Amino acid sequence: MTPPPDTPRPATPLLETRGLEAFYGDFQALFGIDFTVGEGETVAIIGSNGAGKSTFLKSITGLIANDKDAIRYEGGAIGSLPAHRVVRLGIAMVPEGRRLFPSLSVEENLLIGATAKRRGTWTLDSVYDLFPILKERRHNPGTALSGGQQQMVAVGRALMANPRLLLCDEISLGLAPVVIKDIYAAVPRITREGTTVVVVEQDINQAMAVADRVYCFQEGRVSLEGRPGALSREQITAAYFGM
Amino acid sequence: MADSPTFSVQRSTPASRAALVMGLVLLALLAAAPLWAGRAELRLLIEIFYYLALAQMWNLLAGYAGLVSVGQQAYVGLGGYALFALSGFLGVPPLLAIVLAGVVAAILAVPTALVVFRLRGAYFAIGTWVVAEVYRLTMAQVSALGGGSGMSLPVDVVRSIAEGRDMREFLVYWVALGIVVLAIAVVYFLLRSRQGLALTAIRDSEPASESLGVNNYRTKFLVYVTVGFVTGIIGALIFLQKLRISPDAAFSVNDWTAFVIFIVVIGGIGRIEGPIIGVVLFFILRELFADYGTWYLMLLGAVAVLIMLRAPRGLWGLVADRFDLELFPVRRSVRLKETRPDA
Amino acid sequence: MDWLNAIVQGILLGGLYAMFATGLSLIFGVMRLVNIAHGDLIVLASFLALAVVEGFAMHPLVSLVVVVPAMAAFGYVLQRGMLNLTLGRDILPPLLVTFGLSVIIQNALLETFSADSQRLQAGALETASLTIADGFSIGVLPLIVFLAAIGIIWGLQTVFYRTALGRAFRATSDDATTARLMGIDNGHVFALAMAVALAVVAVAGVFLAIRTNFDPSIGPARLLFAFEAVIIGGLGNLWGTLVGGIILGVAQAIGAQINPGWQLLAGHIAFLVVLVIRPQGLFPKMQG
Repeated sequence: MTPPPDTPRPATPLLETRGLEAFYGDFQALFGIDFTVGEGETVAIIGSNGAGKSTFLKSITGLIANDKDAIRYEGGAIGSLPAHRVVRLGIAMVPEGRRLFPSLSVEENLLIGATAKRRGTWTLDSVYDLFPILKERRHNPGTALSGGQQQMVAVGRALMANPRLLLCDEISLGLAPVVIKDIYAAVPRITREGTTVVVVEQDINQAMAVADRVYCFQEGRVSLEGRPGALSREQITAAYFGM
Repeated sequence: MADSPTFSVQRSTPASRAALVMGLVLLALLAAAPLWAGRAELRLLIEIFYYLALAQMWNLLAGYAGLVSVGQQAYVGLGGYALFALSGFLGVPPLLAIVLAGVVAAILAVPTALVVFRLRGAYFAIGTWVVAEVYRLTMAQVSALGGGSGMSLPVDVVRSIAEGRDMREFLVYWVALGIVVLAIAVVYFLLRSRQGLALTAIRDSEPASESLGVNNYRTKFLVYVTVGFVTGIIGALIFLQKLRISPDAAFSVNDWTAFVIFIVVIGGIGRIEGPIIGVVLFFILRELFADYGTWYLMLLGAVAVLIMLRAPRGLWGLVADRFDLELFPVRRSVRLKETRPDA
Repeated sequence: MDWLNAIVQGILLGGLYAMFATGLSLIFGVMRLVNIAHGDLIVLASFLALAVVEGFAMHPLVSLVVVVPAMAAFGYVLQRGMLNLTLGRDILPPLLVTFGLSVIIQNALLETFSADSQRLQAGALETASLTIADGFSIGVLPLIVFLAAIGIIWGLQTVFYRTALGRAFRATSDDATTARLMGIDNGHVFALAMAVALAVVAVAGVFLAIRTNFDPSIGPARLLFAFEAVIIGGLGNLWGTLVGGIILGVAQAIGAQINPGWQLLAGHIAFLVVLVIRPQGLFPKMQG
């Protein structure tokens, strides 16, 4: 469900940040990020290493503490909520590097994703339906799978929380192009089931292909924003490298 | 066109220079104590000195080398027993025996380290405790040294320290003062040396220091054995003063570890100034509350817990962080000098 | 026969040591915390049982009904209210706080109950024995303790590997940060783990009180036994801890058989030998 071409921004955002700042101790990683995503949109965030993309996602999910009002979700201020409460509200993340639990099997990894006990379409069966290969390997240790399969488990695990908003942090990292395509092929099905998706991507082409809107981060700030079709190569390159 | 500024690496600060002067005055006063202090006061001072020395050593191990030992009582006991064995059975003059006791402790520290270094973190801590227990149980089996009930220092050995009781007490006092100065000096000069830089690096981040080429194992080993040596000397002095030794007293966890840890934690881990503050506070609390027995000990425990939870850098840490103070200059600061640009 | 008896006694004693060690192992596994007050908590349970038995004139084993939930609740509050605050990258705070706690518990017990040696009377159970062969018999009580240890470990394994709570324990142990992303409240999970551990400690404390004389000062020695059993058996493996306890018990029994004063020393030496030749323990499942 994409917004009509002449409204670049959604009217009632599912999630928005205003002037979001983030710090690691004394080090400032984000300098006033303004960001919105509307229900049903797919938004991509691109940018080089250290641009603050992961920090941004960690702020939203509550792994990093922020100003309460800087992040608003479904109209409520969630900036200072701890991570385990954010998930219960319906925001789930596929973390960078997948981060499966080595002591848990594939199926147990998926089950633990449902800790938040939110009702919805995503259950073990529907996740196995989305990624059939996982059903064959359900009792293997989570980390005994190939990179691509592990990524599927990570995505499935996040879906088990039946989120309204799914954040994907660099899910293409370290995977072969064929595998990346397979995983991204699942995204339309996910959005069709009613989950809004935000992806952080190093692969610009992949990001542009899947997103309705794109943000570019550069050194902790938004350097560019718009719809893929409306942005030129030069604009993107300049925004990416901060020229 | 500006020249690039030159810089100098400095150590001392105005505060440290002032502290040095005050410290020397204090040292002179303490050295003269036999002139102005009574017997009970001298005894108290001796106790303060050896607790401060033990605390400096524990601080060096835990605060700098990251080796949290709950077994240093092993070296106190070994030092004590070595003194009794050397002077009681081998006729070594007591004052020399104190130094040799340190050597004995250091020699035993080597195989001990080889074994306990196989453990990490809290498991290392408990491992050192087990080793101390082994030493205690072993000494209790040595009937020549009194077995389970212990022994007194033979009278002729006591007399050989010095002529006359007063002179003996003065001598023991000066030795104690010398030992605490030695302990502080060892820590101070170690931290100022290259080894010290390595230690600070280890304390800040082990993986980082290893990647820079610091041999963590060897540095820690060296520190552990050095601390064992000094702790053995301290133990020898303690039991020379007490004139009697037994396995339970020599290897007491409460006396030689619990109180020492308390002193370091309350005063401030990881800084030389910390244990000094800690020992003062410890003895004040003892003067005020020790009569209350178990309540006093519970108070100590509770204070230690509170400090660890609320002010983990201890009382000195609170002060030093606030005012950026360092009385024992071990840090190096880079001072930039502005140079005038050529006209 | 003496030797056979001694070794069997040692094996059964190992069950008690394994029970001491299980709580310690569990806590380290889930949150990498080593509780220096562990032994003192066992003794606390013993005294709690004493108070209950004397207050309500019940049989020591019945007191479990009160002591186990009480210790579990105490564990939850202790972890949530205090020990959670010490967790982090630095090893000093948990170590020093639990050390302080150890001192507090010992002296609180001393103040409340005095230094007198105590013992819980379990009636006929204490002296009952099963005669296996001529001259060879097993005490019923030590056998019950051993079987209880096995039961407890089996129960914990079931919780760990077959329940949602166990999944949460394992996930939090693997990666506490990502566990939060799943909706797991780490503070709550750690507190539950401590509650479970102290429930086991409670059982161990009651059995200790029946088996031997106890007083407020014997806590630290129990900590050392628990620790040795864990290290010998290998970190992260509860069945390994049982083996570790048995080895320790047998070593002590052999030492005592040679010379009664050598019991403790023999156990410590066995531990040091294992530490030297196989520092990771016999059946390790995780790093220290």
